[in-house]
This record gives sequence, structure tokens and C-alpha cells, in this order.
Amino acid sequence: MIDVCGAEKTFMMHLQGGIELPVVRGVSFRVEPGECVVLSGPSGAGKSSILKMVFGSYRCDGGRIGIRHHGGMVDLAAAEPRQVLSVRRSTIGYVSQFLRAVPRVPSIDVVAEPLTASGMARADARDRAGALLRRLNIPERLWSLPPSTFSGGEQQRVNIARGFICDLPILLLDEPTASLDAANRAVVVELIGQKKRQGVAMVAIVHDDEIRRVIADRIVDVTAFASAA
Amino acid sequence: MVEPRSDGLEDPPLLVAEGLGKDYGRLTACKDVSFVLYPGEVLAVVGESGSGKSTLLQLLSAQLTPSAGRVSYRMRDGMLRDLAALGEAERRFLFRTDWGYVHQDPAQGLRMAVSAGANVGERLMAVGWNHYGRIRDTASSWLQRVEIDTARIDDAPRTYSGGMRQRLQIARNLVTEPRLVLMDEPTGGLDVSVQARLLDLMRNLVNELGLAAVVVTHDLAVARLLSHRVMVMKDGRVIETGLTDQVLDDPREPYTQLLVSSILPV
Repeated sequence: MIDVCGAEKTFMMHLQGGIELPVVRGVSFRVEPGECVVLSGPSGAGKSSILKMVFGSYRCDGGRIGIRHHGGMVDLAAAEPRQVLSVRRSTIGYVSQFLRAVPRVPSIDVVAEPLTASGMARADARDRAGALLRRLNIPERLWSLPPSTFSGGEQQRVNIARGFICDLPILLLDEPTASLDAANRAVVVELIGQKKRQGVAMVAIVHDDEIRRVIADRIVDVTAFASAA
Repeated sequence: MVEPRSDGLEDPPLLVAEGLGKDYGRLTACKDVSFVLYPGEVLAVVGESGSGKSTLLQLLSAQLTPSAGRVSYRMRDGMLRDLAALGEAERRFLFRTDWGYVHQDPAQGLRMAVSAGANVGERLMAVGWNHYGRIRDTASSWLQRVEIDTARIDDAPRTYSGGMRQRLQIARNLVTEPRLVLMDEPTGGLDVSVQARLLDLMRNLVNELGLAAVVVTHDLAVARLLSHRVMVMKDGRVIETGLTDQVLDDPREPYTQLLVSSILPV
């Protein structure tokens, strides 16, 4: 599903006198359907950057990000913006570390939005969103409130619900369990297991050793891709 | 971000700008701007005051004649036509039906002394509607869509608050189901709380109606929430362009990095 080959990324910091900040180089790994690959390495090693390169938020300075999309392979590192959008609409989902939502939109609609955007009727989308929120232990009385009023852990769960609601063949997870308690961590582990059984290919960043052990089919050590500064 | 509904990769472009430029004597307001806009796509044009973004919007809507280059638009019959080659009457018809133009100052886009209902109904009459009851019903359903109390339908917009006026302007523009909407700083001059409500409303409408839009804004948060793609302008030129999250999360040009790093954290 994912075939990353020789991808590299350098930040050019123009405001800091044009310092070049090499992040990663020679990033290569593959992910098969139903497999969860966990990126490991210390903070700052470039794990989140790699995830963003795979999603197309960060532009690569070299290499290839091969994604299976609509039966063919698309190189996201060279794709047109419209093609990247198409890939995100029907192939890749991304659960970011932090929730970024429009103010004043009720949580249930924040979660349902990926479904309505792809054409599902609002009522059906809300039903599915509600089911997922319930599973993640967000009480029903909070659904009509915007997530900005929630605690960090609750926001994170809304974010997870929004990311898991779609049936996309690829899912990227950036620390999905970071601010969750044990019960909710278990729910997320369960959700990941379910996605695996559905054949979803996943790339995840998790710092919790216990969770990593449970969800990882393979570990890719990011320090191997460190750029020599 | 709002996603366009269909995959749409096979759709032909709706609006094509090629080498657009505008000089005022020795002053260059806009130079060598080219881009393609597809149906359902929202493009944000960002940059600070004087960067040429408003000039660009006026060039795109044929309110200004370009000094160089051209703008083509795909008419409802599927033909891509050069705007400069359209007759004045044809252009005006396009403006009244297929296009919307949302001004920063609603007073410029509304008739302040006539009722809200008439403001919305007027656009329908311009496309040949003549049944008073139907016009009023449609106007009233649009007021509801933009969250204006229909009890206020007979009041003139000068009695409205700034946020209500802006929502009325949007209703007036969208009532004819245009395919392209051009917006000039649509949330400028509004309180933040009113901005949030307007942004949410615009996002939903753009998504439901599958509109293509060009949104000029100096507010990167507006670009982030509304647009698929961003074009950064400086001194009349496009200096960086790409997917919205690419440009905002991974800005490449020194000026874009400055813009992005200048956002005040809350």
C-alpha cells in the first residue's frame, strides 16, 4: 500500500539566516495491507516529519512516496495538488497529534465531517459519529459542544474518532494515545486491531512501549535515516 | 478544510488565468499570475496589503482590464471563453448569474436601503424569476440558511449588524446557484466570534453546493479553514503556491516563512 523509497527532507530556515536543517534522508520502507508499522526513535529524529511526508503535508526534497490509490501507484512526492487531495479523500487518513477544528462546530459534526464531505447523508454520518464517540467514552451530553471546550484527553478522543470514522485503506497515526487514560488507550488499541482486520495499512508513532508492543507488526527505526548535519 | 465532493480529476478547469498583469503607469500592481481553478476547488490568495491580491480579484472578475495576459472561464455550455472577448452584456449576465462576488464591506455588495428580502430577490429577478411568492419563499429560505431570522426579511440591511450584513451578502450571492464565488477579505472587519460563525457557514455552503471559490485574505487562519490550495503574493507576484497545509506547515520562501511565523499564538 505504501512504498517509500529514498525520501529526504531538509528545512531551510530563512528567518534564521538561512540555516539548513537536514531532517531525514534515504527514508525507505513498505507497508502492506493489514499491517501496522511503528516508527521509532528519540524525539526530534524525524518521525512526525516522515508521517507528514507520507501524507503530503511536507514536500519532499528527493525520493519517492508511493501510495496505492484507485488501483494504481501514485508518487505523492511528485503529485499535483489535485491528485494529493484525491488521495486524501479516498485513500489516506491522518490522525494528527492535535485537533484543529472550526470554532463553534459541535463535536459530533467535527467527527462526522469526513463522512458528509464524501457524500454521506448528515443523519447517517451523525449516527456513526455518535457510535464512535460513545465507544471512546465521550458522554452524549458533550456531543453538541465544540471540542475547544473539552479537556486535552477528550479533544484527543474526538480527534481519534474523526480519524477512524472513514473506511480508508491507509491510516497514519501520530501519537494517538498520548494523553489518554488506560481505559481509553485500550479502546484505541481495539480500534487499531479492527482496522488491521479490515486490511488497513497503518503507520504509527507511539511512545508508550506497552502499546507499541501490542500494535506493531514491524518497527522501523528512524535513526537510520538521520541526516548527517 | 472542505473537500470537494467528487474525485473530479477528469473535470475540465472552470477558470484559467494566464500571465495576468496590471500596471498603473510605472507601478506594477500584479505581474505574471497564472493558475487553473477546477470546479469545487477553493483557492486562497494570501499576502499583506499592497501585495496585489485585490487587484488580482478584480482582474479575474473582469472589473479591471489586464495590461497583460488573459482570463478564461468555462461557460455553462462547456466552452472555455476569454473574458475580454465577451460582450459587455454577456459579461454582466455572467456576473449576475454564474458568479458571486463577496465584498469585504457588505455595503458595497448590498443595497442598504431596500429590504433584505429584496436584496436576495433582486438577483433572482435578474435571471428572469417573476413570481412574487416564489421569490419571497426562496429569499426567506436563504435567510434561514445563512442564519438570519426571517422575521427580519422586510428590514433593510442598514438596520443589521456587521455579521448579519455579511451573511446577507452571501445569501444574495448564492441564491442564483453560481459556480464561482470571488471573495475579498470576507471576514475582515468582523468580531472574532462573528468570524468563526461566518467561516463555518461558508465552509458548509461551499461544500454542499460544490462551489469553486477564490478567497483573498490576509488571515492565514481563514485560508487554513476554507481553502484547498494557497497562493502567496508579494509585490504583485506569486511567490509560492501549493496545497494549503503544505504552504502553511512547510513554507519554503522566506516571505512565506515570515508570514507563517508571524501568527500570534492564542
